[in-house]
Amino acid sequence: MNTAETPFEFVTVSYLTRIGNQSAGTLAEFLTGLENCSDASIFHHTFQTLGSHHFLTEGFSNDFAQWVLVDANRYDLAEQLAALDIRDYVSIAALRSDLCRLTSDYCAAFPHLASQAALERFYFCESVEITAALGRSAQTLDEFRDGIAHLSHASFYFHFISSRLRLQLRTNDFSHWLADGLGLGTLADSVNHIDIYTNTLDSSRAKLLRLIDREGRKA
Amino acid sequence: MSETLALNRIPLDDYADLLGTGEIEELRALAKPLRGRSIEMINSTAIGGGVAEILNRLVPLAEELDLNIKWDVMTGGEDFFEVTKSFHNALHGAPYRASPRDFEIFLAYNERNRATLPLDAEFMVIHDPQPAALIDARKPGVNHWVWRCHIDLSHPNRAVWDFLEKFVSRYDGAMFSSPEFSRQLPIPQYLFYPAIDPLSEKNQELQPDFTAEVLERYGIDPQRTILTQISRFDRLKDPVGVIRAYRIVKRYFDCQLVLAGGSASDDPEGAVVLKEVLREADNDPDIKILELPAWAPLEVNALQRASTVVIQKSLREGFGLTVSEALWKKKPVVASAVGGIPIQIIHKHTGLLSHSVEGTAYQIRFLLSHPEIAVKLGEQGHQHVKENFLITQKLKRYLTLFLTLARGS
Repeated sequence: MNTAETPFEFVTVSYLTRIGNQSAGTLAEFLTGLENCSDASIFHHTFQTLGSHHFLTEGFSNDFAQWVLVDANRYDLAEQLAALDIRDYVSIAALRSDLCRLTSDYCAAFPHLASQAALERFYFCESVEITAALGRSAQTLDEFRDGIAHLSHASFYFHFISSRLRLQLRTNDFSHWLADGLGLGTLADSVNHIDIYTNTLDSSRAKLLRLIDREGRKA
Repeated sequence: MSETLALNRIPLDDYADLLGTGEIEELRALAKPLRGRSIEMINSTAIGGGVAEILNRLVPLAEELDLNIKWDVMTGGEDFFEVTKSFHNALHGAPYRASPRDFEIFLAYNERNRATLPLDAEFMVIHDPQPAALIDARKPGVNHWVWRCHIDLSHPNRAVWDFLEKFVSRYDGAMFSSPEFSRQLPIPQYLFYPAIDPLSEKNQELQPDFTAEVLERYGIDPQRTILTQISRFDRLKDPVGVIRAYRIVKRYFDCQLVLAGGSASDDPEGAVVLKEVLREADNDPDIKILELPAWAPLEVNALQRASTVVIQKSLREGFGLTVSEALWKKKPVVASAVGGIPIQIIHKHTGLLSHSVEGTAYQIRFLLSHPEIAVKLGEQGHQHVKENFLITQKLKRYLTLFLTLARGS
C-alpha cells in the first residue's frame, strides 16, 4: 500500500456569523449590497450557507437565490442565481462579479421590479472563520478512509467544499492529497466529481468512502 | 449578595448518539486552546425564562470541556426588576415614558453588583439589559466583554435604548438572535441563535404509551388529525387567529385543534386572552384549550409528538423556539414569517411560512393533502435544527467567539 510522504492532516472549522451594516429591501438595494459587501459576506452567503444547509438537496443553492425567490418573489432571477455552481469559482471576486452581473442585467431589463419592496429585508452577514487541528492524520489510504468516516460535518465541509478557495484550484483537499500524496489521480478525479448540490454532506461522504473502498479492492 | 450557581455535570458523550462522535471530537478540538481559561456568565435570574434554561445546560457542558466557567446571577430589589421589566417591554417597542428615577435605580443596582461580583474572568458574557452597566467595572486591556441580547431591538423605545447604548458600545461585541434584531453599533455584532437541548424533558424521545396517556388525559383522539399550537395565551401569539385558520381547514379536513399554554391564572392579561379564546372556540368539542402547569415539559413534548401539523401563528415573535422544538420532532410546521421564525423555517424546505389567517389555513391544507411533503419538510427541519439550533451548536458558537476575541487581542 502507498504511503504518502506528507500526511493528510484533518482539520475542523467553525464559523461565527458577523452581522453587517448593510441590508436590502429591494432588488436595487440588493445589487448595491452585492457590489459593496465584503468578500467574507459573499463567502458567507454562498460557500458557507451550502455547508450549513447541506441537508437540502433540491432547490436551495445559496442565501441570495433564496431571498430573491421567497422575499423578492422573482423566480426567474432566483433560478439564475441558484444555478451558479461554487465549484466553478476559485476566487470570491469572480463569484461576486457573476452575482452582480445577473442581478444588474435583471434590474436593467425590469426597472419597475428593481424598486419593488420585498416581503422581508436581506441582511448582509459575514463569516468569521476559526480552524482547529483534530490531531489526526493519514499517510495511507486506509488511514485516510478511517479519518473521513469519523469527521464532523464542518470538518468534511472544510476539506471538501471551502478548500477550493484556499487551494485556488478547481479541486478539494481530499482530491488534492489523493493525487499529490498517494498518486491516485483517477480516484482524485472521481472524488472531485461528486455533486455537492444534489447530495447532502452525509451522502457525499458515503460516495467518497465507496470510491475509496473500490480503489482499495483494486490494490 | 450575588449568587454563583453550581450545576450538575452533563456528560458531553451523552450527545454522541444523536450527533455522531465527530461532532463531539470537534467541540473538544475547538475547546483545547481554551482549557482552563476563565469565563463568567452573568444574567438576572437563576430560574424561569429562556436565558436561565439555556445557561442551566450550557454551563455544565462547557465544564465538560475543561473550561473554567461560572454563572453568576445579579441581585436586585423589586424596584429594580420593575424598572427592568419596563425597559424590557419598551425595548420590544411598547409605549413607555422613562423617568430619571428609573435610570437612577438601574444604575444604583448595577453599581451594587459591581461591588459583589468578581467580574475578573478572561471572557465576560453579560446577558440582556439588566446587568449591561456592569461594563463600568471593566479595566482597559484586562479582559474581553461581550453583551448577549435576547431581545428584539428592531423598534426600541428611543429613550431607553439611548441610555443603554452608551454601555453597550463599550463592549467588545454584541450578540443578537437575528440580524433584524440588531442595531447600528460601533462594535462587532454576531448572530447567536437560541437553542434547544435534545436531551431535556421537553425534547427527549418518549415512550408511545406516555404520549397515548397524555392524549387520553386531554380527550384528544390519536386516530384523527391533530393541529397544535403551543404557546401562552397572549394576543401576540394570535390564538384567536389559529382558531379561525382551523375553521377554514375544517371545511376540507376532519381535524382537532389543540391550543396549549401555561396557566393564565397568575397573569391578568393571559386570563383576558383565554376568555377571548374560549369565546371564539364557542364550545367546539374538537378545540382543546389546555391550561398546562407552568412547568410541564413532558406534556408539551407528548403533544408536539402527537401532532399532525404544528402551528406557530405569532403576530410578533422573539425567536420562537417552539418551532425548533417541533422541527426536532420531525413535525411539519406552519408558522408566521415574523421575528426569528424565518431563520428556523426556510420556506418550502424546512416548513411553510404564512402571513395571514387564510394563508395559515391554506398551508395546513396543503400539508394535509400532501403527507409525503409534510414528512420531507419534517425530516429537513430536523436536520436544520441539528445543524443550527441545538445546545451543542450554541456551545460551539461560544467557543468560536472566545477564540475570535482571543485572536483579536
